Amino acid sequence: MDLVLLLFILALAAFLGFELINKVPSQLHTPLMSGSNAISGITIVGAILAVNLTEGSMALVLGMLALVLATINVVGGYLVTDRMLAMFKKKGDDHK
Amino acid sequence: MSPALTNLAYIVAAILFVFGIKMLGRAETARSGNRLSALGMLIAIVATLAQSGLAYTWIAAGLALGAIIGVLAARLVRMTAMPEMVALFNGFGGLASLLVGWAELEKILHLSAPVYFFHNPVVPTFTWLAIALAVAIGGMTFTGSILAWGKLSGKFGSKAVVFSAQRIVNSLLLLAILVAFAGFVLGSGILASTTVYGLFLGLIAGALLLGILAVLPIGGGDMPVVIALLNSLSGLAAAAAGFVIFNNVLIVAGALVGCSGLILTIIMCKAMNRSLPNVLFSGFGAVEESAGGDTITGEMKAASLEDAYYVLEAASSVVIIPGYGMAVAQAQHAVKELGDLLEANGATVRYAIHPVAGRMPGHMNVLLAEADVPYEQLCEMEAVNPIMGTVDVAIVIGANDVVNPAAVTEKNCPIYGMPIINAHHARTVFALKRGKGAGFSGLVNQLYFLDKTRMLYGDAKSTVTGLVAEFKSAR
Repeated sequence: MDLVLLLFILALAAFLGFELINKVPSQLHTPLMSGSNAISGITIVGAILAVNLTEGSMALVLGMLALVLATINVVGGYLVTDRMLAMFKKKGDDHK
Repeated sequence: MSPALTNLAYIVAAILFVFGIKMLGRAETARSGNRLSALGMLIAIVATLAQSGLAYTWIAAGLALGAIIGVLAARLVRMTAMPEMVALFNGFGGLASLLVGWAELEKILHLSAPVYFFHNPVVPTFTWLAIALAVAIGGMTFTGSILAWGKLSGKFGSKAVVFSAQRIVNSLLLLAILVAFAGFVLGSGILASTTVYGLFLGLIAGALLLGILAVLPIGGGDMPVVIALLNSLSGLAAAAAGFVIFNNVLIVAGALVGCSGLILTIIMCKAMNRSLPNVLFSGFGAVEESAGGDTITGEMKAASLEDAYYVLEAASSVVIIPGYGMAVAQAQHAVKELGDLLEANGATVRYAIHPVAGRMPGHMNVLLAEADVPYEQLCEMEAVNPIMGTVDVAIVIGANDVVNPAAVTEKNCPIYGMPIINAHHARTVFALKRGKGAGFSGLVNQLYFLDKTRMLYGDAKSTVTGLVAEFKSAR
């Protein structure tokens, strides 16, 4: 893909990130942070592509390590966030 | 799957991330937002796996191992330990980005650079730059997060560590990193490959060391800022890794996280009325206990549980102000029980939450939610301050600097200008505290010396449980 195009995408995504979370109530700061932390585990995609048998054992070791760590980040991050959000209840909401 | 189809799936994933983050910003939609973003992640992973020619056995093993560890960690962690868990996950993400950059470099060296760039028609210098950025940011994020994890879980001690030559050491390190960075980016293709590889390893070592040195001088109470910033960095590391392997979903998701994390960091700094450089470089809280103003008069007056009970029993409006001490004592369930008893007794009960109370943004909200406190009862600082004057009793549970009136009155005290919860406006204040020491900032809290303040010494949990027992026995 064209480099300039990727830089273009970067700029737009960055501005979107700035706009998205203005005025978030403080009670949601923790889930927001841990939820976006899980998204930063997207590097898992890079890790999957890095695990490769044909390019030397060093690359394989690094790729596998990256894959395991990124998977922990993704799976753990989403589950922890969900667990936290499950606790936020309205009054009289206990039966759900 | 054809590359076009993969990229289409990545676009869907990116859209789901955007909606997910957006929905995380509102209490009603937050949970489904998180699930939507998880769905986006799943789509991105599946689309990647659908490409042909991958080492599936190894990948399956790696995914399974990571998933098992992730599930166990997320299930087993106590809610009070949430800040350090988030820090740890964040560190893993940073290290993963570092390794992705490194693995690509190994690939390039294995094929030899001319062959690699023949097959991947990109500007070589740009790829070197992207690898250097992914490794540098990822490495800093990793060690910074691990140190934050250690400080938060009490493994390394949470005090700010400042040593005399810190500035010089940091400057030299930064210089060394810049040299290695520039040498690696510009020297690749010119210098001998062993030299380039040496510079690369030096860059990694420097970045790892910088992460440690950057978090070392930051004390426990400033941790919300640091965690938010490290979160932002892990996003930027992922975006850099995206430029290494020319993958648009990494770039989009990484940039989203990087920038939203930065906004959160700025929100945290504003809540303390300090600038980001001030938080990062001042070694705040490393100073030993200072007077914090010479105008302190009177003495701290202790009260018994029984005295406190009589005051609370007669109160018609109560505000509970929790802080890190509540988390340490794991007193949230007892606090909720006390709140319920006060309500049953006819009082209005509110919980006033300072934006930087605790060790992570929104820390107190999570703990109180765990104890089933409905979030309508949780008030933000701006909402509760105007009515503080009408409140009969303010109960301060393990909070200190966020209720110190010196922040309003003492021009020369270090936290001057920081917005506080005006506990001192309430008619009576009960402060639950372990001992007579100062808070994180090292300041003496003037609130404790007011005539209307009574200290309830001891572990927060046993004190609150004691109050609950008083209420129950009076029935």
